[in-house]
Amino acid sequence: MRSFTYERPGTPAEAAAAVARTPEAKFIAGGTNLLDLMKLQIETPAHLVDVNGLKLDTIEPTPEGGLRVGALVRNTDLAADPRVRKDYAVLSRALLAGASGQLRNRATTAGNLLQRTRCPYFYDTAQPCNKRRPGSGCAALDGISRTLAVIGSSEACIATHPGDMAVAMRVLDATVETIDAKGAARSIPIAEFHRLPGDRPEVDTTLQAGELITAVTLPKPVAGTHIYRKVRDRASYAYALVSVAAILGKDGSGRVAFGGVAHKPWRVEAAEADLPRGAKAVTDTVFADAKPTHHNAYKLKLAERTLGAALTQARA
Amino acid sequence: MPMKFDTPAGQNPIDQLKVVGRPTDRIDGKYKTTGTAPYAYERHDVAPNPAYGYVLGAGIAKGRVRAIHVEEARRAPGFLTVVTTLDTPRLERGKMNAAYLFGGDEIQHYHQAIAVVVAETFEQARAAAYLIKVDYAPEAGRFDLAAEAKVAQPVPGDSGEGSGGDGVERVGDFEAAFAQAPITLDQTYTTADESHAMMEPHATIAAWEGDRVTLWTSNQMIAWGHGSMAKILGIPKENVRLDSPYVGGGFGGKLFVRADAVLAALAARAAGRPVKVALTRPLIANNTTHRPATIQRVRIGATPDGRITAIAHESTSGNLPDGDPETAVNQTKLLYAGANRLTAMKLAHLDLPEGNAMRAPGEAPGLMVLEVAMDEMAEKLGLDPVEFRIRNDTQVDPNKPGRRFSHRDLVGCLRLGAERFGWAKRNPKPGQVRDGQWLVGHGMAAAFRNNLVVKSGARVRLGRDGVVTVETDMTDIGTGSYTIIAQTAAEMMGVPLERVVARLGDSRFPVSAGSGGQFGGNSSTAGVYAACVRLREAVAQRLGFNANDAQFVDGQVRSGNRTVPLAQAASDGELVAEDAIEFGKLSQEQQQSTFGAHFVEVGVDADTAEVRVRRMLAVCAAGRILNPKSARSQVIGGMTMGTGAALMEELAVDTKRGFFVNHDLAGYEVPVHADIPHQEVIFLDEADPMSSPMKAKGVGELGICGVGAAVANAVYNATGIRVRDYPITLDKLLDRMPEAA
Repeated sequence: MRSFTYERPGTPAEAAAAVARTPEAKFIAGGTNLLDLMKLQIETPAHLVDVNGLKLDTIEPTPEGGLRVGALVRNTDLAADPRVRKDYAVLSRALLAGASGQLRNRATTAGNLLQRTRCPYFYDTAQPCNKRRPGSGCAALDGISRTLAVIGSSEACIATHPGDMAVAMRVLDATVETIDAKGAARSIPIAEFHRLPGDRPEVDTTLQAGELITAVTLPKPVAGTHIYRKVRDRASYAYALVSVAAILGKDGSGRVAFGGVAHKPWRVEAAEADLPRGAKAVTDTVFADAKPTHHNAYKLKLAERTLGAALTQARA
Repeated sequence: MPMKFDTPAGQNPIDQLKVVGRPTDRIDGKYKTTGTAPYAYERHDVAPNPAYGYVLGAGIAKGRVRAIHVEEARRAPGFLTVVTTLDTPRLERGKMNAAYLFGGDEIQHYHQAIAVVVAETFEQARAAAYLIKVDYAPEAGRFDLAAEAKVAQPVPGDSGEGSGGDGVERVGDFEAAFAQAPITLDQTYTTADESHAMMEPHATIAAWEGDRVTLWTSNQMIAWGHGSMAKILGIPKENVRLDSPYVGGGFGGKLFVRADAVLAALAARAAGRPVKVALTRPLIANNTTHRPATIQRVRIGATPDGRITAIAHESTSGNLPDGDPETAVNQTKLLYAGANRLTAMKLAHLDLPEGNAMRAPGEAPGLMVLEVAMDEMAEKLGLDPVEFRIRNDTQVDPNKPGRRFSHRDLVGCLRLGAERFGWAKRNPKPGQVRDGQWLVGHGMAAAFRNNLVVKSGARVRLGRDGVVTVETDMTDIGTGSYTIIAQTAAEMMGVPLERVVARLGDSRFPVSAGSGGQFGGNSSTAGVYAACVRLREAVAQRLGFNANDAQFVDGQVRSGNRTVPLAQAASDGELVAEDAIEFGKLSQEQQQSTFGAHFVEVGVDADTAEVRVRRMLAVCAAGRILNPKSARSQVIGGMTMGTGAALMEELAVDTKRGFFVNHDLAGYEVPVHADIPHQEVIFLDEADPMSSPMKAKGVGELGICGVGAAVANAVYNATGIRVRDYPITLDKLLDRMPEAA
């Protein structure tokens, strides 16, 4: 771990300004991902701006009938909130499918969105990785890629976004609220928040330098059966091989997003009209441009069958 | 002269079973649950003011280190010293080491230790280590077992834990019998490289006083480590002390010294003060040892009524040039009858990290294959798999029919297990049972692991206060050694368990069997028995009794009408007795093995093909069970580990770059609590007088043997899909799954 300086600003705008003006600065909230990466010398910030004291930890109703979730609301609290459990069950279920109780107690809403990939080559500093060291190459492309992306990847990177929460937020059409160093607020639709790797895989999101997430806003509730189905190699404490976040009616109509398949939660709205026709009709469209590796081609079949399971559940 | 065990045990004080054989809480449990058991890295009391060493692993799989640039590290805050592999001539290897641990410019495998950086704090040492730049001259290596298997040659081998043999062994004429057999099976299977993934990483604190060094470390085999460290450091054994009273899991990964011990010693010498070194989690997969992957071919020929006439088991594994093969064919020599037999082990040269012993080396991966082949054969024969095994039971070594098993009740395990599990209700036709989203299946397998006996010594002290203290270099790697050793001394000396103190893991204590190959429990308690016999003689003599008819009960010594408190024997000062037990030819005259049967119910998700275990039962026949409580813990731990091997554990090999990619506990998945259902364990009530005065046998590895195959067979029963490449992950099932409802 590289030595770093540290500060605790008093307001979100001050925090944003602090990161914007300090070279190699990062925000830290729960630290459940950043600290691990710092210990492994994968993240080497020179300065940490601790946002834990910024009081962004409440869940408030919005005038539009939705919920505004503060950036610092812990995963445990968000998953357990009665309004979330009642009206946004897909989100609660996604959160509870992730990590462990201890980690969820620390991990925050904003931090969860910003967690970095779990590609094993990203985690080994002796290996090439364009995300960790731009221009060094991608060892995963011809290496071990069983858990990695099947769609939206590039010649530079086949990493996945490892989270569950963001997949549920994608199906809910959440909005990420931010503030920048000048105090200006911005709303970023979740669909536009995470990037595809392209030729700049080191950049995970569309946030600007110093831009601080203050909240995630959920639109008014969507009716239907809220399903989060996470498929993994063991029953708990593992990243999704494929996950499905869906809100479905009795006839199968509704919306669906996929996790574990791309650099971002993967949703193709245009395919959703086909949901009543069954899983294959949808996944054939959603994954039409998939470029799986030999190791991870099974994810296409798995995505189809997992969506099929969700449809069965919704119709029951 | 040590006590010689060369005739079957007769009646002895252990047979009272007042303390031995009773389910007993582990006496060290309270220390572990209160955080007061001193593990190696936490020995704050023993070496004041330690500095911290951080080990740097090589970033290439094979080649040479050209230069190590440490200038920037030297300027880092808190930096004290650095020892690099280029500063050090290649060091000798210790016992069972195939790879060199340190020194010289040659890189044999990824993450081989190339430097240890010492600083005032751990964080400073780590930060300084990251500033080191290394120039390599990489070389091409061989990393793909499947490719190298084509040129692998038969070699003899020994797991170091007793299972082994010649490269090729034959009985009768296998080829002819197989060709003539009316029903045959010929299948090839693979098992994965596996990591021990023990909770406590390899860790050592080293401190020098003049030319003497003490290593507080985490090691299963103190005497081996003691000799190895003397050899590696080039100093007399008398100048080395190892102390390892608590070991947070070893599973064979700590049978021998590793880089933590060597580098702590070198770093402490260089720094001129105590240094503590722990291997970080990412180093463990590639710096230390692992269970090697195997490619195994099994051929079975049988008569239509299910009598095996020909059986062949051939295994190919890879290793570094001086490494051994995985002895995966061992059980096939002894488990089933059959007049014509062939076993072979082939070894391919690989430049991956060193393959070595992991819990039940040989049998664990061997039974994962043999017992699936038996399942497949039973189906071909139209026989129930339990019945097929019973039909091929043998009470003699098939290789030497004049040689009997000392005690073998595999059939009893199979029958009782089938009854308790409700095996008769199983639908033998695959893919028939549905419970909601789950396809339900049932599978079983036999368990087999040899019983080994190893010379073992102990010292016993009787204090003025009547407290009995046992000292032996035996280790407790989480197995319960403390407790069974104290139980043994309590039984022998006629005192309650609370009046016994067990002190373990110190090289100043008498040499024991150590913990490995499931030989430690029986052998080390037999050594304590021997020492206690001597102490009883000393007590009797001191009190004026005839040792032969003195009874040691309730803290007293009795003979005839006379009763004297035991403590009185030490009223003039502590009484000390030391002895060892040495095992004669009994284990050669008769085959000593342990047996079991595993029964497993799994659910396979009809949509996603996720496999989840729903129910597990093991029936074990392993001689006298010294402590049913800790023995059960050993068996359920083995069942858990075997489930991991069957369903998820795999060190993923990057065959281009030559290393295990998933080198942390996020990437290398072992079962979590949610994966493991209720586990039932039944021990057959038996005692084997051929094994030792304890009449016990090994049980610590039996639990893992066969369980993976039982899981695999249950998956087949659930789905009709036979996966022959472990682990059975959903991607291997998905394409062949029945259409989802």
